[in-house]
Amino acid sequence: MALLEVTNLKQHFTIKKGFMGEKTIVKAVDGVSITIEEGQTLGIVGESGCGKSSLGRSILRLAEPTEGSIKFKGEEVTGMNAKQMKELRKEMQIVFQDPYASLNPRNTVRKILEAPLIIHNIGTRNERREKVELLVEKIGLRRDQLNNYPHEFSGGQRQRIGIARALMLEPRLIIADEPVSALDVSVQSQVLNLMLELQQEMNLSYMFISHDLSVVQHISDKVAVMYLGKVVEISDVEKVYADPKHPYTRALLSALPVPDPLQKKERIILQGDLPSPSNPPSGCPFHTRCPMATKECAEIVPPLEEKTPGHFAACIHT
Amino acid sequence: MVRRITSSPLTLLGLIIVLIILVTAAFAPVIATHSPTEVDLLSKLEAPSAEHYFGTDEVGRDIFSRIVYGTRISLRIGLLVVAISFPIGTILGAIAGYIGGRVDQFIMRITDIFLSFPGIILAMSIAAALGPSIENVMLALAATWWPWYTRIVRSSVLSIKHSEYIEANRALGANPFRILFKEIVPNAMAPATIQASLDLGFVILSAAGLSFIGLGAQPPSPEWGAMLSNSREILREAWWAATFPGMAILFTVLGFNLLGDGLNDLLDPKQR
Repeated sequence: MALLEVTNLKQHFTIKKGFMGEKTIVKAVDGVSITIEEGQTLGIVGESGCGKSSLGRSILRLAEPTEGSIKFKGEEVTGMNAKQMKELRKEMQIVFQDPYASLNPRNTVRKILEAPLIIHNIGTRNERREKVELLVEKIGLRRDQLNNYPHEFSGGQRQRIGIARALMLEPRLIIADEPVSALDVSVQSQVLNLMLELQQEMNLSYMFISHDLSVVQHISDKVAVMYLGKVVEISDVEKVYADPKHPYTRALLSALPVPDPLQKKERIILQGDLPSPSNPPSGCPFHTRCPMATKECAEIVPPLEEKTPGHFAACIHT
Repeated sequence: MVRRITSSPLTLLGLIIVLIILVTAAFAPVIATHSPTEVDLLSKLEAPSAEHYFGTDEVGRDIFSRIVYGTRISLRIGLLVVAISFPIGTILGAIAGYIGGRVDQFIMRITDIFLSFPGIILAMSIAAALGPSIENVMLALAATWWPWYTRIVRSSVLSIKHSEYIEANRALGANPFRILFKEIVPNAMAPATIQASLDLGFVILSAAGLSFIGLGAQPPSPEWGAMLSNSREILREAWWAATFPGMAILFTVLGFNLLGDGLNDLLDPKQR
């Protein structure tokens, strides 16, 4: 049984516009199905606005999903009451993108890390203290830094504090929403390696959201490529990177720098911008920018098909 | 903290003034040279001298002693009015901002109604309706003052409630009560606290204004506004009778203002 099984998840937002308050529906997540196995990492890639962060938030029910099913260890999450949700939150945690915004500037690191234990009423005061000190060393900070405020740390250190906070409750799954994209490249690798170490040690599963293809390749077992709220390609990381089946994935991968000056690369430059998710194109959402698009593409919504064993893509031409 | 106060001369000046006011209020009987209410018609309208530092008024009361005792009245008005309106305003503002929707609409429309009257006019009508007394002035001022805190706190809560650290707390399973009062409110309080410090001065000024037009403290109470009001008829003969109470008001309002501005910097955790 998969640790997390998401089926046909939709997250629609209603936006009021204009003087008369006309309503527009934004389909941030539009029928996404993914699974994450115990101890594995699923990478989610896509450009800004494709709904990857909304997907993470609706799985945690930080935003209530509109439709679809989320099963965690086989249990349906969407219908859970507040009490059940609170229990579930011990097992599913989130790490945010901006380490400058995700820590309360008025609380010391000790207070920030202790909060999860207090919220769930875990341990005595001394036990909590001990646990905080243990974990803070695990993420590479010193005990005496616990009394410092977030602004006294660097971006990388802050992000490690954010990871420590997510780990306090010993969750099974961590949804990492662009955890390294706000960091310098040199610091990115530190944080990524820390995440990989922790995964080994605590048998964690990650859902790793990023727009950085190299980072996703480094950390993931499986990759899902999202475009306008839909998964357009999903498979094992090697398969997707070696043989992308969707033209969008191909375009993304062609922009990856390769450290080999002799290798001739054909770059696929996409025309235009990402269409607005409040007014998506007909048929295949990608047809407005796709170099392979034909007339049918504007009419048929391509299903996610198994192109080769274990490799799914949503394109009628490949 | 101490070093930060002393490094800003204006804040330090404000702090010193406020301390002088506090000490004066606390030790009024020791500092005053005469009784604040004792009439001495033989020495009326005397100019400032070694015997009467600030001179005497039309019935021979010592103005210096009256101002010293008046500190107690003004300080009590300022503190009580802020102590009543601050919690009311901040709690309503926090609830309005956090819950939003209809609750927000309801609280903020009431707030708007109060804010749409000029404060001093509203206070005047309340004080006039309840009858002139210093207690009614305090009630009237508290009634006009809380909406400002509601506005300030609501807007800070609104900006904080969507931040990532609040979302992180929701993801951890924290209940709304904890999120509002442990995570949001401490971050939202700084602007309101600064406003409260500034308001101590303004409340004293408004109370003096209401007393000046006869709605507040009644003679022979040594309230500064009432003293100003009494002395305006003898301004030509005795400039000191109006000048010194006026200076006392100026000094006090200035002190709280400087301190309030300084707090603005001090309450920023990034500068701790």
